[in-house]
Amino acid sequence: MGFMNLFKHFLGDDWGVHPDDHKRPAADQPVRVMPVPARLYLPLQQHLGGPARPVVLVGQKVKKGELIAEAQGMVSAPIHAPTSGTVAAVTEITAPHPSGLTLPAIILDADGADEWIALHGCADPFALDPAEIGKRVAAAGVVGLGGAAFPSAVKLIGASKAKVTTLVMNGGECEPYLSCDDRLMRDAAAGIVDGIRIMLHATGAKVALVGIEDNTPEAIAAMQAAAAGFDTVQIRPVPARYPMGSEKQLIQVLTGIEVPADGRPADIGVIVHNVGTALALRTAVREGKPLISRLVTINGNCASQPGNIEVRVGTLAEEVIAFAGGLKGEGLGLARRVMGGPMMGMQIPHWRVPVVKGTSGILAFDTVEVAEQEPNPCIRCGSCVKACPMGLLPLEMSSRIRNEAYGEAIDLGLKDCIACGCCAYVCPSKIPLVQYFVHAKGELASQDRAKLRGDATKKLALQRQERLEREAREKAEANAKRKAEREAAAKAKAAAEAAAASAAISAGQGAV
Amino acid sequence: MIAAILSLTILGAALGIILGIANKLLKVEGNPVVEELIAMMPGSNCGQCGFPGCSGAATAIADGSAAPTCCPPGGKSLATAIAAKLGLTVDLSAMSDDGPKIAVVSEELCIGCCRCSKVCPTDAIIGAAKQVHNVFREACTGCSSCIEKCPTEALVMKPVPVTLQHWVMPKPLAA
Repeated sequence: MGFMNLFKHFLGDDWGVHPDDHKRPAADQPVRVMPVPARLYLPLQQHLGGPARPVVLVGQKVKKGELIAEAQGMVSAPIHAPTSGTVAAVTEITAPHPSGLTLPAIILDADGADEWIALHGCADPFALDPAEIGKRVAAAGVVGLGGAAFPSAVKLIGASKAKVTTLVMNGGECEPYLSCDDRLMRDAAAGIVDGIRIMLHATGAKVALVGIEDNTPEAIAAMQAAAAGFDTVQIRPVPARYPMGSEKQLIQVLTGIEVPADGRPADIGVIVHNVGTALALRTAVREGKPLISRLVTINGNCASQPGNIEVRVGTLAEEVIAFAGGLKGEGLGLARRVMGGPMMGMQIPHWRVPVVKGTSGILAFDTVEVAEQEPNPCIRCGSCVKACPMGLLPLEMSSRIRNEAYGEAIDLGLKDCIACGCCAYVCPSKIPLVQYFVHAKGELASQDRAKLRGDATKKLALQRQERLEREAREKAEANAKRKAEREAAAKAKAAAEAAAASAAISAGQGAV
Repeated sequence: MIAAILSLTILGAALGIILGIANKLLKVEGNPVVEELIAMMPGSNCGQCGFPGCSGAATAIADGSAAPTCCPPGGKSLATAIAAKLGLTVDLSAMSDDGPKIAVVSEELCIGCCRCSKVCPTDAIIGAAKQVHNVFREACTGCSSCIEKCPTEALVMKPVPVTLQHWVMPKPLAA
């Protein structure tokens, strides 16, 4: 290790990995707009938080943009009809999730008219109260379009309460193969900058730092041109490196401040939004249109025409692929289907899974790209330690998790793991490190749930015991009362009889 | 004579007071570990462990005559918590790996006799007389005390259905 490398190592500046980005030629293709399919599948949970609750009946006619499921709970988002048509069913469909389990969804038959509901936009969003913007964004069902799909309004409202000073805009599309944010910044830079300015107004932040990876020079140029007149929106090229687009890493690179463990960006006065979210927010506030479509990257060696496609939410991946030109060789060489990016996306069991608000890509990989290999024992080379952007020890954590010592793994920082997959990517022994961490986090969450459940059932058992005791006591009291009444009645009767008898006797005596 | 009586009386009174105070201050309240274990147990007194209620099981675990894994409703999480508290190593592989089970009513067999709801330790079964009963999934501890009470075999134990919210990424096979 040379001196400079050593220096960089101690600065903690050599985290992450540099995978081959595979972004071109897909990124250089113009966006194609997919026509509305005959049938749309709208899962009730397309966001983090509570699932939405349907507010339509089967057979009901809805217009494009009409509310079909309302938000439920503090962290949730509503769902709107992506086109006009008839509600065909509310049923279970395969979820865009690696488990292959089902989730409830509304199925909508398009009528082909694609007719909008009455829209209530706002010509001057800067005259609106920040709380009002938060309300409009919440009503439009805007969620984070970077992949995590966190309801945007919750972040905006939280930011204005937490006195956020800096808005970090995430244009660091670090996942290989994906180029939807790149394409959006090239094509709609003015709209994105307008959306960023509305976000600044809504959050009360003073400045927006737009981090864009330096492997997308066209996007940087377009955004710089669009932001030229505005001092509050600063375009900051950042080195292309995975996971540059991770919230905590981007904040550290752009502001130099580290988000504390167990903390959130708002704790250091920062809020992060994706550039695509800014555009969706602008459309929601200025035009009153809810989030019903998004850009999706079709890529992978099996895709015959890689590119970016504007798709209505709820379209099946199968139909998107067919529109994009299908798979090479009828999909014979297909080895893996992925929704999202190759590093953090989800492997899906088949293509009959709908595009949801958070779907950034549909990837069809062949065997060369998947390159599956049997894991070998750990050789303790430390590559994973160097690659980990959170400064953790993946090799130590995975050995603890293999032996189910979850407590020790937590002590080593399991809860700080962002599951980016850098460790598994660099591992020369091909140990599925990140899979261990995702498994352990799930296991810990399920243990927490079991504990909560145990506490709740214990309370129920105690309540039942108390109730039984109270009932027994009340019964005994009632019995005692009845007995006392009976005795009193008997006594009174006896007394009355005695009185009558004595009266009779005295009468008898009197008669005598 | 008087001095001797007086001194002995004072001595006796003083020692008596000290003993009285010591009895209050240094009182031994059973085994504190048992109390803590009882607080950790499910508290439904279902009896699946073979002991009379949760306090009986807690006593047995504390004195080593029962394994921390003896409580089926508590499951793996309780077993690991008890093992951590007592400093024991616990073999979780002995516990049933097919996951927790809960009681489920078959609607076509239930006659609404209310016998099951009377024995449920957590009031997880709802339903009026001559109406089909149902089990609250969230409240059922899987103690199966209701199963043998059912005259029509309408109650059966079924594994808790896995939903998206409960799904856990499987552990990778060892390298």
